[in-house]
Amino acid sequence: MNLAYVSNLAISVVAASTPLLIAASGELVAEKSGVLNLGVEGMMLVGAIAGFATAHQTGSALLGVGAAALAGMLIAMIFALLTLSFLANQVATGLALTIFGKGFAALLGAGYVGISAPVLHAIPVPLLSQIPFIGHVLFDQNILIYFSFVMLALIAWFLNKTHAGLILRAVGDSHDAAHAMGYPVLRIRYAAVAFGGAMAGIGGAYLSLFYSPLWSQDLTAGRGWIALALVVFSAWRPLWLLVGAYLFGGITFLSLYIQGLGIAVPSPLVSLLPYVGTVVVLVLISRDARRIRLNQPACLGKYFHAVS
Amino acid sequence: MSSFKRRGFTAMLGASALAAPGIMRAARADAPLKVGFVYVGPVGDFGWTYQHDIARKQAQAALGTAIETSYVENVPESPECQSVFESLASSGHKLIFGTSFGYMNYMVKVAAKNPHVMFEHCTGYKRAKNLATYDIRYYEGRYVQGVIAGHMSKTGKIGYVASVPIPEVVRGMNAVTLGMQSVNPKARLKFIMIDSWYDPGKEGDAAKALIDQGCDVITQHTDSPAPLQVAASRHIPAFGEATDMIKFAPHDQLTADVNEWGGYYIKRIKEALAGTWTSTNTWGGFADGMLAMAPYRNMPDAVAVTAKQTVADIASGKNKIFTGPLTDQSGKIFVPAGQTMSDDSLTSMQTLVAGVDGKLS
Amino acid sequence: MLYRLEPRGERSLFWSYGSPVLAVILTIITMMAIFSLLGKPPVQGIETFLITPISTASGLSSLLVRAAPLIMIGAGLALCYRANVWNIGGDGQFTLGALAGAGLALALPNGAFWWEYPLVLCLGVLGGMFWAGIVAFLKLRFNANEILTSLMLVYIAQLILVWLVTGPWRDPQGFGFPQSAMFGAGATTPDFGTTSIHLGCLLAPLLALVLWQILARSVLGFQLRVVGQAPRAARFAGFSNARLTWIALLVSGGLSGLAGIIEVTGPIGQLTTTITPGYGFSAVIVAFLGRLHPVGVIFAGLLLALSYLGGDAAQINLNMPNAITGIFQGVLLFYLLGADVLILHRFRRIRPSAPEAA
Repeated sequence: MNLAYVSNLAISVVAASTPLLIAASGELVAEKSGVLNLGVEGMMLVGAIAGFATAHQTGSALLGVGAAALAGMLIAMIFALLTLSFLANQVATGLALTIFGKGFAALLGAGYVGISAPVLHAIPVPLLSQIPFIGHVLFDQNILIYFSFVMLALIAWFLNKTHAGLILRAVGDSHDAAHAMGYPVLRIRYAAVAFGGAMAGIGGAYLSLFYSPLWSQDLTAGRGWIALALVVFSAWRPLWLLVGAYLFGGITFLSLYIQGLGIAVPSPLVSLLPYVGTVVVLVLISRDARRIRLNQPACLGKYFHAVS
Repeated sequence: MSSFKRRGFTAMLGASALAAPGIMRAARADAPLKVGFVYVGPVGDFGWTYQHDIARKQAQAALGTAIETSYVENVPESPECQSVFESLASSGHKLIFGTSFGYMNYMVKVAAKNPHVMFEHCTGYKRAKNLATYDIRYYEGRYVQGVIAGHMSKTGKIGYVASVPIPEVVRGMNAVTLGMQSVNPKARLKFIMIDSWYDPGKEGDAAKALIDQGCDVITQHTDSPAPLQVAASRHIPAFGEATDMIKFAPHDQLTADVNEWGGYYIKRIKEALAGTWTSTNTWGGFADGMLAMAPYRNMPDAVAVTAKQTVADIASGKNKIFTGPLTDQSGKIFVPAGQTMSDDSLTSMQTLVAGVDGKLS
Repeated sequence: MLYRLEPRGERSLFWSYGSPVLAVILTIITMMAIFSLLGKPPVQGIETFLITPISTASGLSSLLVRAAPLIMIGAGLALCYRANVWNIGGDGQFTLGALAGAGLALALPNGAFWWEYPLVLCLGVLGGMFWAGIVAFLKLRFNANEILTSLMLVYIAQLILVWLVTGPWRDPQGFGFPQSAMFGAGATTPDFGTTSIHLGCLLAPLLALVLWQILARSVLGFQLRVVGQAPRAARFAGFSNARLTWIALLVSGGLSGLAGIIEVTGPIGQLTTTITPGYGFSAVIVAFLGRLHPVGVIFAGLLLALSYLGGDAAQINLNMPNAITGIFQGVLLFYLLGADVLILHRFRRIRPSAPEAA
C-alpha cells in the first residue's frame, strides 16, 4: 500500500464528504437562529438542477454554482414566508418543501436528463498543492471543496467572534428577549434561512456539476437528510460538523471499498453502519442534557409572534 | 374471497411457448391498436429506459397510424405499478409492455384479470396465456467487453460496478471474466455491489474504489453513466451500459453494449395487429439483432478487429461462451469440458467462475 | 407592511374547516396555471388529474388500495403530532412490521394453523411498535431528537430488508432474484372477488374511526386536545411527559407496522427490496391535511392516493411528467399550512399614522 494509493482513497473520501459539509453548514446557521428547516433535501435538488441547467446553457460551471445558490435561496423563502410570517409548523413545512422541491426539480430537469454540462475542474493552490500527500488531497481540488472549508471557518468565526453572530445566537436562544432588546427577530431569521437555502443549493450543484456530473431525478439520494442529522450530531458546533461530515463520508465510501477487497460481509449490513453510527453519536451527545442545552438553540422550531 | 396460491406459477416455467390460438382477436383495421409501455425509470435516464423508449418511437414510426403508443415512466416496482397496468388496460390498450423485473407478480395478476389484453414482461420468468416474456442475452456483449479488456488492461484486473446479486449480474461478471481470460488466462475481476440499479453517487464511488484498488478497466452493471464519468476523469478505459454513452467519456469509452428492443417491439406489435400473437419466451442476442456493440473507439485497430470477430463468432454460434471446462472459485469444475450450459442453467446461474474476486453475500 | 397578524384569542371554527377548502381551491388554481405553462389544456389537465382516475371501478379500487396504508400510518402520525412527538419514520415502522410478520409467515409451514394469519398481523403490529419504541426510549432516556432517530431508523430498516431478501430470506426457488418466497394462502391478506380491494382497505378507515372514538372519550384524548388547542401552553414542560410520548409512538408504530404487514401479505404477496414507495413521508402530509384528526385523515388519505393515480393518468393521457404528483402534494401542503394561520390569527389592516393606545 503506497502513498499514492492512500491519497487516492483520501481524495475519494473528501469528495464524498463535501456536499454533506456544505449543506449542513447552511442548516447549522439556520438552526442557530432558531429555525428548523427539514427541506434540505428539496433545496439541494432544486440547486442541483438550477446549477446544472445554468451551466449547460451558459457554458460556465461557476455561473451554475451561483444560480444554484440563488435557486436554493428562493425556494427557502417559501419556507421562511410560511413559517416566519404565517407561523406555520416548521416540521410540516420543511417536509412539504422537500416533497415540493423533489417534484419541482424533476419537472425542471425533464429536458436535462442524459446530457452533459461543463464540469467543475480542479484548481491547484499555488505552493500548497506541492506539499507531499496533503497538497494533493486538500489543495488540488475543485473550488467548492475549498469553499466548504472557508465557509465553515467563516461560520465558526461569525457565530463565536462577531457581534452579529452573537445576535443571531441570541435570536435562536430566546426570541422574546432578543425582540425586547430591539433586534429584528424575523428579519434575522429570514436571512439565516436564506443562507441555509443558498448553501443547500450549492451542495446540490456540487453533486450535479462535479460529483456525478449529470442531472438525474433524486440524485441527492438522501444526502439532505444526512446533512440535517449531522447538525445535531455536531451539537451545533462547526468543528464537529467537519468531523461528522468526514466520518460519514468516510464510512460510506469505505463500506464500498472493503467490498472490493473481497471481504465477504453482506453489503447492506455495511451500508447500514453510518446510520447506526449517527444514532449512537446522537444518543451519546444528547444524553448529556447540559451540553446539549449549552449549544442547542433553545427556540429551535418554535413560533415567534411579536406581541408589541 | 379469493387468495393467492403459493408458488402456483412455477409450473409454467420452462415452457418456451404457450400458444393461445384464437384468444387474441386482431384489432379492427380502422381503429389504431393502442400499445402501452411501463418504464421503471425516466425516459431520459440515458440507459435502460431510454433504450426502451427509443424502441417505442421506432415502432410508432414503422407502423404509423396502425398503432397509438403511450408510456408511463418512473413506475416503482411496488403495488403502485399494478394500478398503472390496470389503468392502461382499462383505457383501451391492447398490448402492454412492462420493462422491469419487479413488475412480474403484478403483471401476472393484471393479466389474469384482463384476458383479452396482451402483456409482455421484460426480464421476468412467469408466463401465462396472455403474458409473454422477453429479454436480451446481455452476457454476449459482456464477453466481448472482457476480450477487449483483456487486451487493454496492463494490471490484468477489471473493475465491475454491480447492482444486485441476481443471475443476470452473475452471468455478466462470469462472461467478462471468461472473455478476459481468453486473452490473458491470469486476468481477474473485482466487483462492488451497490444494492441499487440507479444511484449515480454510489455508482461513481464504487468505480473510484475499484480504480484505487488497481483495476485499470471499468465496466458496470448499473444504469447511470457515473462509473464511466469517474473512469474518464482518471483516464481509465471503460464501457458504457445499455446505450452508447460516448458523450460522457469521448476519450475513454471503449464501446458499450447497446440494447436494441425496436425490432422485437415491431415484430410483436405486427403479430398483435395480425391476430397471430402468442405468449412466447424470447431471449435474443447478437444473432437476433437485439444486442449490438457501440462503435469501437479509443483502442488499437487490432483490438477492434478482434472484438468484431468475437461478435461474429458469438452470433454464428461458434463461440457459446459458457462452454466447459468452467471452474468455480474454489477450483472445482462445474461444467465439464465439451459441455455447454443450457439456457435453463444460465437463467439460474449462481456460481462465480475462477478469476472473480469476492463472494456473493 | 400593510397588514399585520393579530391573535384571535380563540380558534376560529370557520377557518378550522375553511382552511383546507381554501387550500384545495388554491392548489387547483395553481395546478391549472402549471398545466398551462406546460402547454396543456388546464381544465382538461385538472379533470385528468382528479377525475379520470376514479371514473372506473378498477380506478376506485386502486384508490382504496393506495389510500389504505396512507390512512393507517397517517392516523398514527396525527396522534404523535398532537402529542408534539415528531415521528417522521413511518416508513421504518412500516418496514419492520412487514419484516416481523413475514418472518413468521415464512417460517411456518403453509396453512399450519387457522390462526396463522391473525398471528402474522399481530407480529406486524409488534414489529412496528418495537421500531417506534426505540425512538421513544432514545428520546426519553437519552433525550435524543425523535425526528432524527426515527429518520435514521427508516434507512436502517430498509437496509435490513435488503439484507434479508438478498440473503437469509431469499426464495431458494426464485432464481436468485432479491425476493422472498410468496406467502402461503394461510398468511395472505384476503381480497374481495375480482377487485384488488383487500382487508386492509376496510381496516384502515375502521381503525381511524376507533382511534377517533378513543380520543373523543378518554383522558388521553383530553390531554391531547389541550395540547392541540393551546400550542403555546404545550411549550411548558408539562406536555412533554413520558406517558404521552410512549403512547403516541407505540400506537403510531403499531399502525404503521400493521400497514406494512398487510401490504406485503396482500398487494405485494412477498418481501421484495422495495415495499414502500415513501408511504411514511406522504403520510405526514395526510396527517396535516387531515387536521391531525383521525376522520380527517381518512379523507386526506383518499386525496393523496388520488394524487398518485392522477399523476399516472396525466402521464398516460396527457404525456405529462409524473413529477406533477410531488408538486401537487407540496403545493397543497404549503397552502394548507399558510391558510392555517387564519385559525388562530386574523389579518388586521394597519392604518398609517393612527397610533393606538397600547
